[in-house]
Parts: sequence; structure tokens; C-alpha cells
Amino acid sequence: MGCCCSGENRIVIESRPLRKEPTTLATRLHWRDVLGGWAARWGVGRMRFRVEPGLYRVGVPDRSAPVLVTANYKLTVDALRRELDGVNAWLLVLDTKGINVWCAAGKGTFGTSELVRSIEAARLHDIVDHRHLILPQLGAVGIEAHKVKQTSGFLVHYGPVLARDLKTYLASGRQATPAMRRVPFTWRDRLVLAPVELVGALKPALAVVLVLALLHLAIDHRLSLAIVRDAIPFLVAFVTGGLLVPVLLPFLPFQSFALKGLVAGLVPAMTTVALSPVAGFEAAGTILISVGITSYMAMMFTGSTTFTTYAGARLEVRRAVPLILVAVAAGTLLRMWAVVA
Amino acid sequence: MLYLLAGHTLALDDALCNGCERCLEVCPHAVFAMVDRKAVVAARERCMECGACRMNCARGAIAVESGVGCAAAVLNEMRGKGATCGCDASCSS
Repeated sequence: MGCCCSGENRIVIESRPLRKEPTTLATRLHWRDVLGGWAARWGVGRMRFRVEPGLYRVGVPDRSAPVLVTANYKLTVDALRRELDGVNAWLLVLDTKGINVWCAAGKGTFGTSELVRSIEAARLHDIVDHRHLILPQLGAVGIEAHKVKQTSGFLVHYGPVLARDLKTYLASGRQATPAMRRVPFTWRDRLVLAPVELVGALKPALAVVLVLALLHLAIDHRLSLAIVRDAIPFLVAFVTGGLLVPVLLPFLPFQSFALKGLVAGLVPAMTTVALSPVAGFEAAGTILISVGITSYMAMMFTGSTTFTTYAGARLEVRRAVPLILVAVAAGTLLRMWAVVA
Repeated sequence: MLYLLAGHTLALDDALCNGCERCLEVCPHAVFAMVDRKAVVAARERCMECGACRMNCARGAIAVESGVGCAAAVLNEMRGKGATCGCDASCSS
């Protein structure tokens, strides 16, 4: 708001901007929230699936109500608020660019400076009389609690890993059991991560089908369903890597995900090739490429897990990627040889 | 589930530790335990080197070379795109 430069003698009254009242979030999810969540799990509308950062209410919080801090990925906010039925609290939603707490913390967006900025922007000092914040434990990767205290005066308490333990945590006076502080990775947790792995495989899978189609055109001078039949081992390799490996993860041998993928990919590759009309060099080549695909996809799953180290991932990439490239190249040569010979 | 090179760079300086238990509070894999009112590394093989402990140790008693255990990010880093997980585009997490 500046002065009016119309040249006339006018007194411009600057009005105070209305302070936006914090919206109250429902603690029950609407079917649209659930549907949107599903879509996000499949990578559809994923980057739009976010919430405006800022201060919100659940229930009817007063000046002594707890302040819960979270990220502005809508799946996160939904997972949090549906566990807060009957709770009166303030929700401080940080701008993590629509990324969940743990990933954002690793990147630094769920970080000390963003938290301090949000506290200021929300004028939290005027909203609550206490000086306590409850953060999700996995946010600790990005937050220096002592610096938050120094800068804002607010003391960080790390709440449970899972939102579903929050009510108990709050009711017990911010007591967390050891179990609340462990991050689980059950088959259900792993299964929900499979869709986005599979969707990520669509483009490469399409590329494989296209290459096969071109080869068929070059040799048979026509397109036929034989292309799909030939693609089966590769498509199965993608599904093994994107779905089976995540689900069977703890049962697959070796710590290396690339090796887990190799083991997981062997049987499907050999089975699909055995059931197909190819033989000899072509069969060997197909198996090499298929196993390479599964191994690569398994290695890419590391980023979605709860226990992999950066050093280990780097080791895997350095060792496995050259081998996978060699396997796929060799497999391709063998297949071409079979056609040409 | 255990992973490669778990906890290799994790170091806790007993002399600096004041027993505040922040590291126990933030560790997602219960790597630390309290012995004689000081923290110790009790389960190094579970440490994913996320860095939460180092971030929250006000005394600077903990050192660890942290990062995100994501092969996609490592690949991006090697191609000079920075260690980004590609979280923005293809993640559902």
C-alpha cells in the first residue's frame, strides 16, 4: 500500500490487512481426500497434492493447546489430522514444497530456518502462552532443536514416528515409548510404495516394446501380436522389480538391493523365456536383459526405504551399474546375433 | 533389515556427552542407549547415517557423514545434477 499519486490532495487511509484466521481442519477424511491420496501413490497429481503452509486448527485449541508441526504434503497432513479426532491443537504446516516430513528433512526443507520462519509468519508467540512445539520424530534429520530454542524461544519435543501414536503421546504428557520411536517397514508399508515404482517403469517398458516392434518390422515386415509375446519376459522383469522386490524385500538374500533384484529376477526371467519360443543365444540374451532390468529397478527402490545408508547406496551404484550395463549390452548383442546368424 | 556400510562413520565423543538423551529421542533405529547417564552406540549395525543425532546434539558430541540412502540421488549426483532423489517428480512418499 503506497500513497496515491493521482496528483490530487487526498488523504489515503491505509487499512490494516486483516489477519487471516487459522482454518480449522476436519479430523475425518472425505472420500475426495482418500481418492487423491490413492492417485498420489500412483504418481498422479502428485506435485499438486499439497496444502497451503501456515497455521491451522484441529478441534478448538486455546492458548494452552499443543502446537503440532508438520509438512505441507497433503498425504502427510491427512495422515496426521485423521488421528486427531477429539484433540484440540494448533497445526503449524511448514512449506516443504509438497514433500513428506522425512524426505524434506533430508533435503533441508523441513529445517530449522523454515520452522523459525513459520513460527514468525504465524505469530505463534501471540497465539499460545506456552513455548513448546511437538515435531514428528523423523523431522529431526533437518532440525537443530537447540538452535530453534535459541532463535525462537520454542522448545522442540520430538513426538512419535507415527501419527497414530500421537493421541497416546499427548495424553501421557509427551511420553514416548521405545516402540513409538522406531520406524517400521512392514509389508503394507512396502506395498504402497510399489505403484509409483511400476508407474516409473512405464516409459522404459514402452521403449522396450517399441524396439521390439521395430525389430519385427525390420525382419517380418509387419506388426503382429508376436511383439507382445516377445515383450513378456521384459514386462515381467519390470513388474518383478517394481512390485515383487518391495514386497519380498526382507526375504531376498544379500544387503545389496541390486543383488536382491538379481536373485528375484532370475526365476521369472528363466520361466518366461522357457515358456516362450526363443532358444539358444536369443534366450540367453533375453535372460541377461531381464535380470538387468529387475536388478536396476530393485536398486532404485533404495530411496523409498527406511534403512538404507548414503554410503551403501553409493557403493551399490558404483559396483552394480557397470555390471548391469554390461549385462544388458551383452544380452542385446546376443539377441541381435541370434537374428542375424 | 540391515544394509551396506551401516553406521561406518558414526562417532560419539563420550567426553562431550552431557546425557541429555536427545540422540535417543531422535534416532529412528534405537542405535543409542544410556549407560551410566551417558549415551553409547549400542546398535551400530542399524545406523542408516541419517544425521538426526548429529543435528540435535547441542554439544557436538556426535559425528556422522550423513546423506540420503537413495541410489537415484547418487546417480544424479554422479551426473552432476546434485544429489536429488527426484522426489519432486516421481515420488509418492
